[in-house]
Amino acid sequence: MHGVFDIIGPVMIGPSSSHTAGAARLSRMARTILGEQPASAVIELHGSFAQTYRGHGTDKAIAAGLLGFNTDDVRLKDALSIAAEQGLDIIFKTVNLGDNAHPNTAVFYLTGVLGRKAKIIGASTGGGNIKITEIDGYDVELTGEYYTLISIHHDKPGVIALVTHILAQESVNIAFMRVSRREKGSEALAIIEADHPIPQHILTAARSIPSVKLALLIPPL
Amino acid sequence: MKIKFNTIEQMLTLAANINKPLSEVVLQFEAQRSEKDPNEIWANMKNSLEVMREAVTQGLAKTEKSFSGLVGGDANRLIKRSKSSACLTGAVSGQAAAYALAVNEVNAAMGKVVACPTAGSCGILPGALLAAGEVLEADDDKLIRGLFTAAGIGMVIAENASIAGAIGGCQAECGSAAAMAAGAITEMAGGTPQQVSDALALALKNLLGLVCDPVAGLVEVPCVKRNAFGAAHALLAAEMALAGIKSVIPADEVIIAMHQIGLSLPRSLRETSEGGLAQTPTALLITERLQAGKPAV
Repeated sequence: MHGVFDIIGPVMIGPSSSHTAGAARLSRMARTILGEQPASAVIELHGSFAQTYRGHGTDKAIAAGLLGFNTDDVRLKDALSIAAEQGLDIIFKTVNLGDNAHPNTAVFYLTGVLGRKAKIIGASTGGGNIKITEIDGYDVELTGEYYTLISIHHDKPGVIALVTHILAQESVNIAFMRVSRREKGSEALAIIEADHPIPQHILTAARSIPSVKLALLIPPL
Repeated sequence: MKIKFNTIEQMLTLAANINKPLSEVVLQFEAQRSEKDPNEIWANMKNSLEVMREAVTQGLAKTEKSFSGLVGGDANRLIKRSKSSACLTGAVSGQAAAYALAVNEVNAAMGKVVACPTAGSCGILPGALLAAGEVLEADDDKLIRGLFTAAGIGMVIAENASIAGAIGGCQAECGSAAAMAAGAITEMAGGTPQQVSDALALALKNLLGLVCDPVAGLVEVPCVKRNAFGAAHALLAAEMALAGIKSVIPADEVIIAMHQIGLSLPRSLRETSEGGLAQTPTALLITERLQAGKPAV
């Protein structure tokens, strides 16, 4: 069942909940997944995003999200020039990802100020809702509704148990968990979604596990 | 007491059980659902009301065009006429329509709005609510109560049908918004929960079958002006219900009918811009000009 503010809301910068607000949320999620301030971005837009992005201000919304702005931030309208002033280099391209891709899909190739690179694919699924479907080649499903811990680690026995053990010690209840990998024994990715906030020191503890290459905390959007 | 509802009928029963208006049922539902303090929920809704008001004020004053050049300045035109002695429709209807235009023009120009239920239909509820509020001399508390009633109606529609143009056509967006607004105004004007139900049913019935056919895929034509009609339409539905006119088909059945009609609509009339107004010669010309990076008109 929807909540009151799913109907009277979100408070947003127009014109479109999917092509503007959703695009901004998608992009802010991509920034969070990168884990640092982006320095440059190449954005590929597919489907309806590709056809109508200028008229809906999708490009401005994506720039706003990369700058960390919320969907109701009045600076969204000027986000492209603000990004340019801040030295954030953004290139927009259109792409055809085929009929199976959601019509409002964007591919983010991001490079952070500290040098981390990430490729993130996601879609704006309507009403401002989003779904991240791929991170660095891993299939994921991330909607930004939950407190999320992401770990990229060496694919070997016991790593997941170590991570979940840390959560258990802190009484964090896992709502959903998804593990994927590119090939057996190489690198794997785990996404753990929790009902309640995951404290910062859990992230520190997860990062101290030797096999964990990267751990990120993603608060709900 | 557990407050939960999926239908308008259940909302009415709950209102009768606690002997309170529908807005109170919705507020209590949200407090239970979100496990948040009702005061915090109330404050959030007050913030939404402020955003709506600000959008109306901005939009009425504004005369510049949207990025495409297709909309802008009409709220300003209509409010002037509505406030003049030449006004035909009565000041309130004209104002409701002008306020709705204002909000949608702000939306089209990348200003701040409250999607209610969607961005494409964001003018109907604030337009009708604020114009009616002036006649009723409603304070903020009454307007906020109206917004909760509207939210409850929208939740039931979202649950049993849809509020997305891509699924149900424009009836799901502007139709739902008009139903929400009609119900909200009816409660604000002192109508009973049953009259709220009749008002929303009347409003929704008259927008059944409305298709979503946006020119060039933009939330501009015909969306902006449909919001103006929707706001005036909601006022009339409330007026009818308050006069004691009943909807022969109960609200919940109208909502199901709306969903069934949505399912029967071809894809071309559900926000794809592949049919209806979006495929008229003028619309195709506009689309071509915009794609070539030229102004639409």
